[in-house]
Amino acid sequence: MRTDDLSRRDFLSVAESGLFVFFPLEPLAAFQEPARLPARQGYPTDFNAYLRIDAGGWVTCLVGKVELGQGSKTALAQILAEELDVALDSVDMVMGDTDICPWDMGTFGSLSIRQFGPILRGAGAEARAVLLQMAAEHLQVEAGRLRVKAGVVADPSAPGKRVTYAQLVQGKRIERHIEKAPVKPVAAYTVVGQSPRRKDAIEKVTGQARYAGDMAIPEMLHARILRPPAHGATLKDVDTSAAERVPGVRVVKEGDFVAVLHERRDLADQALGLMRAQFELPRPGVDDQAIFDHLLKTAPAGQVLAESGSLSEGERRAAAIVDETYLNSYVAHAAMETHSATATIEDGKATVWASTQTPFPVRQQVAQALGFTPQNVRVITPYVGGGFGGKSSSRQAVEAARLAKFTGKPVQVVWDRAEEFFYDTFRPAAVVKIRSGLTGDGRISFWDYSVYCAGDREAKQFYDIPHQRTVSSGGWGGGNPAGLHPFSVGPWRAPSVNTNTFARESHMDILAAKAGIDPLEFRLSHLTDKRMQRVLEAAAKRFDWTSGRAPSGRGVGVACAIYLGTYVATMAEVAVDRSTGRVEVRRVVSAQDQGVIVNPDGSRQQMEGSITMGLGYTLTEEVHFKNGEVLDHNFDSYQIPRFSWLPKIETVLIENPEVPASGCGEPPIVTMGAVVANAVHDAVGARLFQLPMTPARILEALRRG
Amino acid sequence: MQRTVSFTLNGKPTRVTVDDERMLLWVLRNDLGLTGAKFGCGTALCGACTVIVGKDAVRSCLTPIRDVAGKRVLTIEGLGKEGQLHPIQKAFLKHHAFQCGYCTPGMILNAYALLLKKPQPTHADIVGHLDDNLCRCGSHVRIIAAIQEAASAMKGGER
Repeated sequence: MRTDDLSRRDFLSVAESGLFVFFPLEPLAAFQEPARLPARQGYPTDFNAYLRIDAGGWVTCLVGKVELGQGSKTALAQILAEELDVALDSVDMVMGDTDICPWDMGTFGSLSIRQFGPILRGAGAEARAVLLQMAAEHLQVEAGRLRVKAGVVADPSAPGKRVTYAQLVQGKRIERHIEKAPVKPVAAYTVVGQSPRRKDAIEKVTGQARYAGDMAIPEMLHARILRPPAHGATLKDVDTSAAERVPGVRVVKEGDFVAVLHERRDLADQALGLMRAQFELPRPGVDDQAIFDHLLKTAPAGQVLAESGSLSEGERRAAAIVDETYLNSYVAHAAMETHSATATIEDGKATVWASTQTPFPVRQQVAQALGFTPQNVRVITPYVGGGFGGKSSSRQAVEAARLAKFTGKPVQVVWDRAEEFFYDTFRPAAVVKIRSGLTGDGRISFWDYSVYCAGDREAKQFYDIPHQRTVSSGGWGGGNPAGLHPFSVGPWRAPSVNTNTFARESHMDILAAKAGIDPLEFRLSHLTDKRMQRVLEAAAKRFDWTSGRAPSGRGVGVACAIYLGTYVATMAEVAVDRSTGRVEVRRVVSAQDQGVIVNPDGSRQQMEGSITMGLGYTLTEEVHFKNGEVLDHNFDSYQIPRFSWLPKIETVLIENPEVPASGCGEPPIVTMGAVVANAVHDAVGARLFQLPMTPARILEALRRG
Repeated sequence: MQRTVSFTLNGKPTRVTVDDERMLLWVLRNDLGLTGAKFGCGTALCGACTVIVGKDAVRSCLTPIRDVAGKRVLTIEGLGKEGQLHPIQKAFLKHHAFQCGYCTPGMILNAYALLLKKPQPTHADIVGHLDDNLCRCGSHVRIIAAIQEAASAMKGGER
């Protein structure tokens, strides 16, 4: 247990001692980037918030980020070990604990490396500079003569002149500070850029890894909560008498918040099944068929994100106009771990172990629900069994805390799969309309892009088009008009961008086909961005792309995208069964430029995961619903990717050390819809305008011709 | 019906007195404190709760405890420990054949059952055998590679 480790190493009781000195270093050499500590929207500026060195030389790295499977427990440790010059194995990670980790907004948006990485780098660099200065004083040697390796500072020219970080710090807080300590140049990296064993590996292959629903506290009760049959339904009456006859059960009723609790989870399930409740159903509302018209009617006014040239001028120059509409459905996160939390309240202080991507915001929510101050709420985030954006919302943590308060006992809430589908914050259904023109010589003359309800992220065009406009209305975050969506929506792995890329890259292929030009060549001829050219060429080389006009019958496709600074190009080969409408994705090659690569194997793992997960929203995943009722309750009707779907997956990482590390947990997933749609078109000449591309939709498109 | 059920759990004789219709998953997790088998769907659709009974991989969420009376039950906790990992665990570790890790115990145990029956499985055997074990992170390609590697490592006959 991590908390035991902490008390063993005893860093919380550090003595208050040492000098408090601010010390400017020598002017920075040109290649040295300044450390990026001070002030980044709420993150502490004192490096002590992020790291502790104990008397045994163990380094504890404290971060508000959480480990969802994406590997940041390892990658962030690499970043700190690199800047601090300590062995990676000596770094212990403590993540997502609001009492001891520095504040963090949450683990989402590929921010852990791209935005938080520089903060941790800065903390490590400053601590190293301070330690070096302390070592120089201790050894009475000029700091410039000293070298650090694995936490040992030594003067290479004077044997015996050596001191360890542990000896310098002596288990105390480091009270000295240095402004603008230089971070290491990328060329000097020895830990970053490697693929060490994941720090969660042993625990995860032995079953020792603990998740929020694995916590067990003496006298703990498992809670099941009465849920409405549909969004918008209201509880009229409930008869709990049969449930109360289950031996050992407790019933909590607070308005429409009704729960049964038992020391055994399955007996709580049984008691829930015995509750007799009457709900008033909402008025008939929209369903999964009518949703797209509803979104277009209800979406808020559009905002122009980008505009250049003149659309009317572009239209005058067009020899052909191509005007199309693209649709995608609501999609569930469907992490294997359902939303889980364990809460206990002792002496006026609540502790909640939660599967969440946002422990600090959850602390606020729990505090508000209990009427506690945030200081009296501690959220601890154990391993999280998949997030993908879905655990940015953590209603279950509040439920567990409220029930712990009502009952005076520790309470565990683990949603069942139907609750997971009901309360998920789905990726929003969305519509994209693109009106565009093609000149007689195969140039795009104008591009008028309107996205409804997906969100504006990466909606802007990166191809060179003289006359263009991008408009976005509504999104996955807040600010949507009431009634736009029949349930909650939120961020889903690469929010907005799966939809925007599906539409843009499908449309690029339609234009290429109309111009009679190979789709790769057509893209390259509209690009001046070197990084995008490079990823496309790298993908083409690995794929062995040969030029051809679509539909060529080969079943090959290409799509590319920029996701928050990372460039990605994907190529795929598919086979389509014309009689059943089934698509088999046979091969996927994805090339990615994410700047500095912190952990190559971890990056490939994320790319493979993105490609595999992306097959779901591309081929099968859509949430069925009617009148506020979510009709999918489990993995029978909601099909996620399986082993038998697997294409041959190849990943290409492009070395680009000139650009700071950006995120790698999401990019290829955004290309999957379009690359498969384009390959399907290339195979059979049928164009799919709606995701997912179910067999029924493929057959319909084949009939349409 | 409340009764005493005896079975062998991870090599140790074990006895529980419970309603014998309760599912093995919850007896393991709530009564015996073994949390390696995970709850994912509750209806045998995802495989996160997979354990070994006798020589078969079963879905503990739908296996009544009375069905394991007198049998040998193996959970992930009984498969190996640090320093003496089972070859399948070693291969999962080497290939990083997991991300969030939630499906991992079920994947490893299902692979264990496969290799008991078919020590040298083909790619198609692996895919067919694991197809109902779901992984949302997309570790599938690595899981297949790990099982292939474990199979060759176990040629020598280890378990």
